This record gives sequence, C-alpha cells and structure tokens, in this order.
Amino acid sequence: MPTTEFRDASVKALANPELRANFRRAMDGLISKRAELFAQGQDWAPLRALGAAAKLNALANLPVLLEKLEAKLIANGVQVHWAETIDEGNEIVKTIMAKRGAKRAVKGKSMVSEEMHLNHALEAEGIEVIEADLGEYIIQLDHETPSHIIMPAIHKNKKQIAKLMFEKIKNAQYSEDVDEMTALARHVLREKFEHADVGFSGVNFAVVETGTLVLVENEGNGRMCTTVPPVHIAIMGLEKVVERLDQVPALLNLLTRSATGQPVTTYINMITGPRRPGEKDGPEEMHLLILDNGRSRVFADPELRDTLRCIRCGACMNHCPVYTRVGGHTYPGVYPGPIGKILMPQILGIEAAGDLPHASALCEACTEICPVGIPIGDLLVRLRREGARPSHGPIAVKGAGAQGTAREALIWRGWRAVYSAPALYRLTMWGLTRFGRMFPSWLPGLSAWTEVRAKPVFAKQTLHELAERAGISDD
Amino acid sequence: MTDARTAILGRLKAADAGATTSVPSEDFTTVLGRGWSAEERLARLRRNMEAVHTEFLDARGADWVRAVHAWLVEQNLANLLYAPETPVGRRLGQSWPGLGPNLVPYERPMAEWKSGLFQGISAGISGTRGGIAATGTLILWTDADEPRTLSLIPPVHIAVLEVDRLYDTMLQAMRDQNWAAAMPTNLVFVSGPSKTADIEQTLAYGVHGPKRVLVVLT
Repeated sequence: MPTTEFRDASVKALANPELRANFRRAMDGLISKRAELFAQGQDWAPLRALGAAAKLNALANLPVLLEKLEAKLIANGVQVHWAETIDEGNEIVKTIMAKRGAKRAVKGKSMVSEEMHLNHALEAEGIEVIEADLGEYIIQLDHETPSHIIMPAIHKNKKQIAKLMFEKIKNAQYSEDVDEMTALARHVLREKFEHADVGFSGVNFAVVETGTLVLVENEGNGRMCTTVPPVHIAIMGLEKVVERLDQVPALLNLLTRSATGQPVTTYINMITGPRRPGEKDGPEEMHLLILDNGRSRVFADPELRDTLRCIRCGACMNHCPVYTRVGGHTYPGVYPGPIGKILMPQILGIEAAGDLPHASALCEACTEICPVGIPIGDLLVRLRREGARPSHGPIAVKGAGAQGTAREALIWRGWRAVYSAPALYRLTMWGLTRFGRMFPSWLPGLSAWTEVRAKPVFAKQTLHELAERAGISDD
Repeated sequence: MTDARTAILGRLKAADAGATTSVPSEDFTTVLGRGWSAEERLARLRRNMEAVHTEFLDARGADWVRAVHAWLVEQNLANLLYAPETPVGRRLGQSWPGLGPNLVPYERPMAEWKSGLFQGISAGISGTRGGIAATGTLILWTDADEPRTLSLIPPVHIAVLEVDRLYDTMLQAMRDQNWAAAMPTNLVFVSGPSKTADIEQTLAYGVHGPKRVLVVLT
C-alpha cells in the first residue's frame, strides 16, 4: 500500500508548477531526441538483443568474471578493493587518501559515489571534493543530490542556476547566458583539476578480457579526473562487468542513444591501467573499488537478478509518466524513476522503499524502451507481492512482508472464499449490485481510492445477468 | 579487505549454483561494416563531426604542416604543443617554418611543467589511429610518445587524420586493429569539442576539454 514518504513528497512536488515545467520540458526533449535517432537506424531490435546478451552473459558468469577482472587489472598495475557496504567503501577510499596525504579531490560523475555518500564521508575528514561534471557541480553548490542520473541538475532552470552561481562563486558576474555560465565553471574547475591530489570516476563498463574501464562523457571532466591527478580511484557496482571488448560497441551505442539521444558522446575513455614506465602523464597510482551494497542479494534471486542488467542510461525515467510529474527528489534513495522503483526496495529494504513499486500505473513505457530489455513491469509486480508476503526463495528480499496487513489478508481470504463457492458468489454479486452503492466513501479500504477520486458506482445488474438476458449461453 | 572479497564472491557463487540463465547468441551484423565506399565514409565522418562543431582542414595533396601553420597564424594562436617522437611530431619538427607560432615539444613528464601546460599552451596536435564514420569519431592511441593530455588540456586540439584509415564502425576498427591483443593505458575516442547540456538542456561548447577541435585530413 503506498505509504508516507514518497506520497507526501509527491503531493508537494505536484503542487510546484516551476518544478513540473522544468521536468516536463526536459523529458519531452530527451524523449524526442532518442526517438529521432532510433527511427533513423532501424537497428533497435538487433542492437537491443546484443546489449541484453552482453549483460545476461556477464550475469550468468558473474563470480568467475569478477575474479578474472581482478586478476587482469592487477596484472595491468591497478589495485583492486572490495566493499560489502558503503561504510566499508568509504573507509577504503579514506585509507588510500590518507596514505598519500591527499587533501584535494576532483570527481567525475558517478552514481555509485552518490550511493556511498562519498563526498559527505570525505568532507568529514577535512578533504575537499569538487564535483567536476557541470550538472553535479551546480547541485553541489546548492547542497543538493541529483534529481536525474544523467542530467543531475535538470530540476533547475537557467534563472535558478544563474542566481546560484552568482551567490556561491567568488567574484562571479551575474549572467543568464548559458555560454557565460559554462565558461565560469570551466574557469573555476580548471584550477581544481590542476591541483587535485586524487581524481574519482565511476565506470560504465569493466571489460574482463583486457582489464579495461570504459567511461562515457561529453564534457572532458572524466578525462581530467582520470588523467591529471597523481591518483585515480574508480568506483563501480559489481554488476558493471562485460566479458569481451567486442561487446562494448553495441552497449555504447545503446547507452548514448538511450540516455541523451546522441549517436555518440564527445569522449569515450578506455583506461587499461596507470601510467606505464616512460609515459609522461596519467596517474601514478590507480585503484578500482568494487561495491556490493546489497547487489549480491539481488543477484541471489533468479528473477530479480535482471535488475542488475541496468546500464544506467536513464531512459526509463525520461519516459515515466510518474517521474516526469514528481521529479527525482521525490524518490527516497539515489536512483529515481522506474529503475529506482525496482532497485531501491531491494537495497534499502521494503520498510524504507516498499511504497515505490506501487507508485506506478504499470503502463510499461519503461519496459518498452529499456535498451537491455529489463522486464521492469514484471519486477514491479513481483516486488509488490514481496512487500505483502515473502516468497520462499533461498534469500528473501530485505524486509519482505513488511507491508502485509491483517486487513488485507482478511479481504483476500474472503475473496477466495467467495470465488470458490458458486452459491456464495451469486449471493455476493446479487448483494453488491443491489446495495453496493450504499457503502460510504470513508469505508476503510475504499478511502484510499475515494480521497482523490469519485467513488466507483456498482452496476445495477451483474454482467452475468445481462448476458443471460441477452440470450448468451453459459458455454 | 580480503574478508569482503571472500564474502561477496561466496554469496555470488552460492546463488549462481542454483540459477540457470540462458544466454542468447550474438549477431554482430548491426554493429559491423555498412559497406560504405571510401568517399561515403569520409563524407559521413565529416557530417557527423561538423554537426557537433568540429572544424576541418583538408590538406590532401598538399603540405599539411604548412597548412596547419597557416591556420594557426590565421587564428592568431601563439604556439602549438606536439609530441616530437611520433610520426606526426617528426614531420612537424622537420618542416615547421621558423617564423610565426612556436612549436613546443612535449618532452618532460607533465608533473614537472603542469602550470605551463595549463596556462601557457594555445593548441595541441596529435595523431590518430583512424576514424569511425558511423558516429564521426577519432581514435586516439596514447603511449610513451603521445601523452594523454596533449589532446585534453590545450584549448584547441588539432588531430591529423589519414583519410585511408577510416572505418565504418567501432567494432570494425577494433577487430581490424586487434585492440584486445594490446590495449594502451588510455585509448580515447573523440567526436568533437567538449560540450555540455547540463543547463536547461542548452548545448554549450568548451566546458572542460578543448573548446575547438580541428581535423586535418591528409
């Protein structure tokens, strides 16, 4: 049953016309750009099959591939770390930085680092971490979290950003000109890149065959963070693995077209280790942190495992009628939209995020456009079921059953009784058609519906009666 | 953190034993060759890259070193950073005209002249390992001779592209050049100048990487 946090936040978001306009404009733009690109090529179905195959193959062999990836990376000179929880992950990062006496860091866009609340953990140690992606930089100025996984500052319009930059950046001139705002950010961040001790990045794909980390971006901040500082720390969830290099082109194609409607991003950065002897630049030291944070639990369930196919393109949120109306900050946790609705209840648990799978009309727009074919609609229904009653798998979804109520159980028991006894069924139907309209709208169970909608009106006769009168036989 | 490693892999292996996932076979046709002619490949590369503000200098059948020199003079750019030991660098070193923009060799490790690189360079020139027509993309192969930052930090990036090294798609280039056999520390694909759409989805160029990219066709 949809409950408090998401619902209250939605009500607030829906009443904010500026926020709604910002999201509507952005999502419409992203939808049409993506549609144009896939219409041109006619290659959606075969590409999607390739993307799904690459990710399914990775999941089918995940533990073995992770071990092979680790071995290959170590051979390439990369130090590999494993973290079960976000606290463990943050401790590992802090230790690496402490060893180098590092105090200044720059960070390329990384959702896993958001998931870890890495900035917060490092700032508590007196370390400066600057978000280098323009959108992330903007929201960092306002102490906010991303409202979209690809376009983190999409909830803000030009005027809001102009005002923010003017107030927060020293010696800034007020300007609503996008080129001038961009130039200002370039000026501030170039100095940060030059003097950073550590650069952070996420990972789009980790290629087992060659021990290569693939990063996709348009701005160049990712290249800066992974090239200029003496230490590069990459962070990824354990599902980012791809077995072979030749599987990457199809995935890149799907990712950039689905995410922003671009045939390609300005930069694709394939990193296969730190600086080699004789090279003049690149980090001296390179680390990869592999984070679990509930993913191995997701992996344990053969159906829910499909959640881990995700390549984080964000197309599902762009096409989601719920996300477009309420925006990304309404969702608890880091990943909003449909992918968040299936991922967050599994990571945070049903108690904390179990209302998310219910915040959907099951229109399946997300399932239809997912570039790797995650059956999001089916998983939403599965998680609704887990919310009420845990299934009997080897490892249950965290907090499964937390939403089950005695009243709901009773209603279903009654429903079963009625539908399994023909005489009782006929009597109930007769009663409902004659007296059903007398139920008051405040009746528990009805009120959740009638609070925002008209009370449903029962027909005067059952369908069965009408059919009988029309002469349609029971066979 | 060997404990975390053991625990994570242990959980994954325990789960894996019980699950059967069938993996569909892969048909790469859609990401392989398109059967384009050499002219069509070049036309597509150019169209795709120009659509995102890349500039072109066609120096086929001419002295590309002089063409680059003339372009720098015309654009009023003071100097050009280059990698002296690469084929492109050697050509530049041999025949760069004495007057006009300075040729600056990338000889020392970056750490020794970081502020000079950040503040004192107007353009950097790199070679390419060819281009990809389908997306309009340059393949940059970095190594001891060709630094990564040559194409990243200077505000203008000039890339020399031999037109007979164009591929239809990335997969075609990957297979033809057998990348998987020996990857460089940093293989970079560039499809234009640095850009962003993070403010109201309005496209702006020159955020963190080069503000301008000039492709010199040879």
